[in-house]
Amino acid sequence: MLDNGIVDDTLYEADIMKIGILVNEGPFTHQASDSAYRFAEAAIAKGHEITRVFFYNDGVFNANKLSAPQTDDRNGVALWAGLAEANEIDLVICITAALRRGIKNEILTGGFRISGLGQLIESGITNDRLVVFGD
Amino acid sequence: MNKMLHLVNKSSFERNALDSCLRLAKTGSSVLLIEDGVYAAMSKAVSAESVNKRMQDLNFFVLGPDITARGLEDTPLIPGIQVVDYAGFVDLVVEHDVTQSWL
Amino acid sequence: MEVLDEQQPDIVKRFMYVNRRAPYGTIYALECLEVVLTAAAFDQDVSLVFVDDGVFQLKKNQAPAAIGMKNFSKTFRALGDYDVEKIYVELESLEKRGLTADDLIIPVEVVTTTDLREIMAQQDVVISS
Repeated sequence: MLDNGIVDDTLYEADIMKIGILVNEGPFTHQASDSAYRFAEAAIAKGHEITRVFFYNDGVFNANKLSAPQTDDRNGVALWAGLAEANEIDLVICITAALRRGIKNEILTGGFRISGLGQLIESGITNDRLVVFGD
Repeated sequence: MNKMLHLVNKSSFERNALDSCLRLAKTGSSVLLIEDGVYAAMSKAVSAESVNKRMQDLNFFVLGPDITARGLEDTPLIPGIQVVDYAGFVDLVVEHDVTQSWL
Repeated sequence: MEVLDEQQPDIVKRFMYVNRRAPYGTIYALECLEVVLTAAAFDQDVSLVFVDDGVFQLKKNQAPAAIGMKNFSKTFRALGDYDVEKIYVELESLEKRGLTADDLIIPVEVVTTTDLREIMAQQDVVISS
């Protein structure tokens, strides 16, 4: 049963939104990062803006340039970096979560930066939508 | 009141996320099953009972690519659940004021 | 993305942090609390909700030194200092676990499922851990 208030496609195509994403899990172990990536990709294709993706908990592992998946498998780290570069997405990993897990600047993939939890709150405040992907 | 989209990403056999979501989702809100949560769309699973109980006052959706990935394309789904792709997922997020993830 | 600055009119949104997991078995309880404490600096309208096993985070007498971990439950007592006053615990979650408000480390507002539904429906941003 659909609420008829949500049907007009024309309205929504003109309604460009700023969307923030929170990713709470690392690549591979959980599907969260994959789902977030595909969501981000689809949102951009529809003309919305993914302003920032904030990585928390094990999500910080998505920045790890040492990740070396099998060659016939997706490379989540590279995918995020590529999407961010092409679409000016701010990829932020939480400093406290990163330090705990040994993710430091020297192993950060280009396009990611380390910052504080305030960036997540800011994302919630200034974006039209915030979507959380986790375990 | 803000219209809410609830995301459930775990099988209801593994976690109580769907149960809690269905307990706390307000009438008129929507539920999108993603990742392992898509198994709750199977009409012959016992989990269908709790979904059916709220079929009249909630809008249910399931993410097609996750259905396909898990070999459920030919599996009967609960009547009333709409299959959406990632573009549809985005539309749902846009047309609901708030998205809440039940992890 | 746009950054908050002094020129912007103050945006105040209703932020809800939903806790559904027990402490210590996973890090989510601790790391969610860290978000809540950081968020205090942003003067938003914050609510903390404990549902399902999340209610265990508030159980009195935790002594995680027994497993070599920090006792972060004491930090809940400081939430008032961070202007976090709306702390909701679902009655059904407590009852199913044989707990009452007296078992909890801080005073909270115990709410029915029906009331919690309404409270959740009023939020602008929901962060789940």
